[in-house]
Amino acid sequence: MPDWLNRLLGRKPDSAVQAKERLQLVLVHDRTDLSPAKLAELKDEIIEAISRHIEIDPQAVQIEISQEGREQRLIADIPLRPRRRRGR
Amino acid sequence: MSATVVTITSGKGGVGKTTATANVAAALAAEGHKVVCIDADIGLRNLDVILGLENRIVYDLVDVIEGRCRLRQAMIRDKRLPTLHLIPAAQTRDKSAVSPSDMVRLCNELRHEADWILLDSPAGIERGFRNAIAPADIVLVITNPEISAVRDADRIIGLIEAEEKGPARLVVNRLKPEMVRRGDMLAIEDVVELLAVDLIGVVPDDEQVVVSANRGLPIVLDGKSRAGQAFRNIARRLQGETVPFLDLESGAGFFERLSRFLRSGGN
Repeated sequence: MPDWLNRLLGRKPDSAVQAKERLQLVLVHDRTDLSPAKLAELKDEIIEAISRHIEIDPQAVQIEISQEGREQRLIADIPLRPRRRRGR
Repeated sequence: MSATVVTITSGKGGVGKTTATANVAAALAAEGHKVVCIDADIGLRNLDVILGLENRIVYDLVDVIEGRCRLRQAMIRDKRLPTLHLIPAAQTRDKSAVSPSDMVRLCNELRHEADWILLDSPAGIERGFRNAIAPADIVLVITNPEISAVRDADRIIGLIEAEEKGPARLVVNRLKPEMVRRGDMLAIEDVVELLAVDLIGVVPDDEQVVVSANRGLPIVLDGKSRAGQAFRNIARRLQGETVPFLDLESGAGFFERLSRFLRSGGN
């Protein structure tokens, strides 16, 4: 059954769809040996290191693993805060 | 003659490595190639029974490696397929009896005598697996369209890359088209997308595989079996031929066709 129809009928998605989604998540972590907890820890450390040099918004920082084929990449998106005006 | 060494492995046990080894070997031999298959699953030998050669074993792989016999003495020739040979695993030893460099040396010696050397790897990621991939020119990873088998296949594909034996080529075994149609089994495209490796074979689930194992007759010798056809196709693809994949989804249900039609934008 296509997913949209299951949703329309208020049914659970097909088990194959669930298997695929679960595998997508588990394989990322298997391949990198990086658990979600470790990734969160890494994120905190990156925020801390960068904050020592430049002002950033910790809430807006996004760190994730992207995949291209079997290649993995750690992608960090770190928006900078606009420089505050300094008093003369 | 300089043989190509093909290792068949999987990570997870019970997905059909030995069946695949026996049948690809038999398919190549049926085309006239000289094939030597080696059962590298020491302590859990099985390739001999699948090929129906269990009563003819005198010497085994460990005997060759430890110098108790010559290589030729351990090669059992299949009477039905005279170019097919088996070097059986030792049954009373364990994997530590053989090292990766032993396997490389053995295969190098055999390369002059065969067109193809097929190595049936044990399950797992330890010594036995490392022994089996050490001499490989090509590694085939067998999986089933099931969540645990796919996960283990991914792990093994990563290890094969790390050993610089990649890229592995994928065989999806025991596909049940009917379950795929119902949305209860991962489709081939899903498995290939998840594992991101090239596909070399899709083998449908086929009860005749059990029957042929019972009889010790490779299923590729059965002209009517779909699984047999799939294994023959793998043998041809190994030789570099382009062979279309079996159409296992013919007769897809109405919803699948509709949804595919909608996704493709009606093209």
